[in-house]
Amino acid sequence: METVSEERVLAVEVELDRLTKRFGATAAVYGLSLSVGRGEFFTLLGPSGCGKTTTLRIVAGLVEPDDGRVLFDGKDVTRLPPWDRNLGMVFQNYALWPHMTVFDNVAFGLVERRVPRAEVQRRVAEALDKVGLTGMEGRFPSQLSGGQQQRVALARALVVRPGLLLLDEPFSNLDAKLRVQMRAELARLQRDLGITTLYVTHDQEEALVLSDRIAVLDSGRLVQAGTPRELYENPRDVFVADFLGGANLLPGVVVRRGSAEVEVQVGDARVTAPVEGEAAPGQPVWLSVRPEHLELSFGDAGGLRGTVVATDYLGWTLQAEVALPDGTRLQVRGLDPSTPLRPGQPVSLRIRSERARVFPRRS
Amino acid sequence: MEPRAVTAPSPAALWRPRWRYEPAHLALYAALLVVVGVLVVLPIASVLRGALVDSGGFTLAHVARFFYTPLYLESLRNSLYAGLGATLLASLLALPAAFLLGRYQFRGQAVLVTWLTVPLVIPPFVGAIGLNQALGRAGALTLFLEDRLGVQFVAAEGLRGVILAHALHYFPFILLTVTNALANVDPSLEEAAKVAGARGVRLLWRVTLPLVAPAYAAGAILVFVRSTDDLGTPLILNVKNMLGPQAYFRITTIAREDPDGYAISIVMLALALVAVLLATRLGQRREVATLQTGSRAAGRPLRGWGPRLLLAFSVLVGFLGLLPHLGVVLMSVSRVWSLTYLPTGYTLDHYAEILFRAPQFVLNTLLYSATAAVVAVAVAVGVAYLQHRGRVPAPGLLDFAATAPIAVPGVVLGIGFLRVFDRWTVPWLGVPLTALWLIFPMLYVARRLPYAVRATSAAMAQVHPTLEEAAAVCGARRWRTFRRVVLPLVLGGAVAAGVLVFVTAAVEFSATVLLISRVEQSPLSYGIYLYAQSPRGRGAAAALGTVAVVLVAVGTYLANRIGGRRPALTW
Ligand SMILES: Nc1ncnc2c1ncn2[C@@H]1O[C@H](COP(=O)(O)OP(=O)(O)OP(=O)(O)O)[C@@H](O)[C@H]1O
Ligand SMILES: [Mg+2]
Repeated sequence: METVSEERVLAVEVELDRLTKRFGATAAVYGLSLSVGRGEFFTLLGPSGCGKTTTLRIVAGLVEPDDGRVLFDGKDVTRLPPWDRNLGMVFQNYALWPHMTVFDNVAFGLVERRVPRAEVQRRVAEALDKVGLTGMEGRFPSQLSGGQQQRVALARALVVRPGLLLLDEPFSNLDAKLRVQMRAELARLQRDLGITTLYVTHDQEEALVLSDRIAVLDSGRLVQAGTPRELYENPRDVFVADFLGGANLLPGVVVRRGSAEVEVQVGDARVTAPVEGEAAPGQPVWLSVRPEHLELSFGDAGGLRGTVVATDYLGWTLQAEVALPDGTRLQVRGLDPSTPLRPGQPVSLRIRSERARVFPRRS
Repeated sequence: MEPRAVTAPSPAALWRPRWRYEPAHLALYAALLVVVGVLVVLPIASVLRGALVDSGGFTLAHVARFFYTPLYLESLRNSLYAGLGATLLASLLALPAAFLLGRYQFRGQAVLVTWLTVPLVIPPFVGAIGLNQALGRAGALTLFLEDRLGVQFVAAEGLRGVILAHALHYFPFILLTVTNALANVDPSLEEAAKVAGARGVRLLWRVTLPLVAPAYAAGAILVFVRSTDDLGTPLILNVKNMLGPQAYFRITTIAREDPDGYAISIVMLALALVAVLLATRLGQRREVATLQTGSRAAGRPLRGWGPRLLLAFSVLVGFLGLLPHLGVVLMSVSRVWSLTYLPTGYTLDHYAEILFRAPQFVLNTLLYSATAAVVAVAVAVGVAYLQHRGRVPAPGLLDFAATAPIAVPGVVLGIGFLRVFDRWTVPWLGVPLTALWLIFPMLYVARRLPYAVRATSAAMAQVHPTLEEAAAVCGARRWRTFRRVVLPLVLGGAVAAGVLVFVTAAVEFSATVLLISRVEQSPLSYGIYLYAQSPRGRGAAAALGTVAVVLVAVGTYLANRIGGRRPALTW
């Protein structure tokens, strides 16, 4: 038998059915339905306080929902306690037991499962090897760096061969460089093991890089779910567009409606952009343009006129903030770093309108 | 998958109340309520009943009689006088040293701190024996004053002796709280005042003192409470007209059901309650006063006359604090020590007496204290766990009941125990529960439970809930999580608390004395009292006292060692 196939776990399929959880008067999660496929890397993304952690804890069985169901492989596990769910979970603060060595931390779940001692030894060694911590068995968590603690937490979650891996902002306590490295390792491990993974983050870049699919939450509600590309290219509303990738929002009014596109009056300019749903002439809308879909040229070259307010030089690229005459500020990304841009300079911006989106605006 | 739009949950579900109690927790909760109810609530309630209820129902007649009886009023006055006097004297001894230790930095500082806390290891009624040898009617220093200076002054006699014994024993409480507060005063507060032009005495008066005043008050109240609580010192010094001795004599020599004894108890209870509530209030204020920005004021070097005088005074206080110890230890090895500065002959006979001829005092104490410590820790761990994690109704109730004895003077608790358990007949044996040795561990558990619960609860509060959640997700049921994660993490704090329970139980006297029915059952503290009754037994009393001092010293050291070795949490 191949080692890989032996290691592969019996991944489960997860379905959340109209979950609701209130704390006092506020609903942390409200009517949330999702399904996560076998072996899928699924991310819950949203701003702070939108209910990501609560959702994850409901799936873990640590929080009981007020209403709704959690299904693993079609079986209702809503009332099942955490210890019967066969999960692996990585907490934001790692939650390593300070009185146990690395070995004992990782072996904990195996001991609870009454795995024979020799096999515990073998599997802990294997798990530590997978996260690159061989030789650290005897250390206590307080003797490890943040990144090493993180790896122990991951090894502890994986060693029991869980059907589902839950991670709550696992990398938020690490520095930027380590975060990128750990991210790659997690992606590799997840692919190798084929384990269904539910991942919580408020970092959109992390979500885009790692996920098969992403669900964007806001105030406990699901706003949109889809692949990273779907969400990025076809955000369903202003919130998703802005949260995922950032968006410049220009107020405008619909002038003419076509079959799949619409002409919008924005300031002095007219822009034709794709649209979904209703957009009758005269209706106020937002024109959403991503920072990299604005083309900047010097002086008056048509399009929107404005003045450079600030520039961010990042070495490999240049970003700028441009103020329009009415005070609207626009972010521009992806400029050639050698562009001689100074604050105060008059510039004009052309919108790559085929990439812009139109959303309804309540006036 | 196309995400389903936001679906409202069915309205009926929103109204479903979720009172989910954990059956195992409920069982433990019920068991602990019974234990704490029997050990704490029943005795206290029984004292209240004895004072406030008679055949005609509720009555204030007994309490009123207290205030018409001159002897009781005098006892109240004396108790207040002794308590306040001890507090005042302790403050005078402690504050200069506290200022020195909190504000200056010098070589030997740590030694001085340790030295000045040594008085805490000697139980005050043991110290009283030593003081009597030094400053009593025939004490070495008294004789010295009379012979060399012609001054006739007996310091350790009567109420004055009680005050002196208490002040010398309890002043470290004030010393420690004030030193700590001074060290924790945010230096920026003082710097701000200096920038605003306050200097020297004005700075001290307007900024520093108000900031440490709550800490001082807390320490002072503690001294007052402990002083009024202590029955042993007045008995050893033969002072009878104070509240504690009066209650003791009424109940043990007049009548078990004498309502006056209960009326006195209620007055003591009220006094202690007011003091403890006051201390609690001040404790809350204190947290506001000491901003913890992490920056501590750097100690100033000792320069000039002022601080040197402080140092000299502190050293003098250190010597005074050692007088009781010296007196007791010398006494314990003296063959004859009467009307001379030092013993005129030395012997180990007294130790032979208490270790070989009458070893039951020490053995009983070890047995009772160890039992009490184990039970108190077990109960405390349960109470602390339920308080922090219990899925039970009103988890605070148990904690409240378990910490209630903190405001109950030992005499009062002892009287309550006597009244309740004298009526409980032990099945098969046909004797009252008070006739069994078990009554002593029960008493010590009740008396020291507050400290055990507080220490354990503090340790429990350090355990981050995600540590338990991580265990649950890893497959551990509640009991396994408790055993493998919670228990090991609180054990350090709990065991340290247990050692302190052991130590304080070993020298408990105020409540113990009420429950002595047979000498063979009596612990060390009562043995000391018994021996001290006759002049010829004083040496043995001192030897037992020395054993007590050693027990307390070793126990305190161990508790600090264990308590400090708790594994550090990573956040
Ligand atoms: N135990 C609790 N008691 C009361 N309110 C809670 C509790 N847990 C969460 N909440 C509230 O529920 C809402 C959602 O919280 P949750 O922790 O799920 O957010 P989150 O998306 O994980 O946020 P973050 O990114 O900051 O971690 C918040 O408003 C929070 O205050
Ligand atoms: Mg969260």
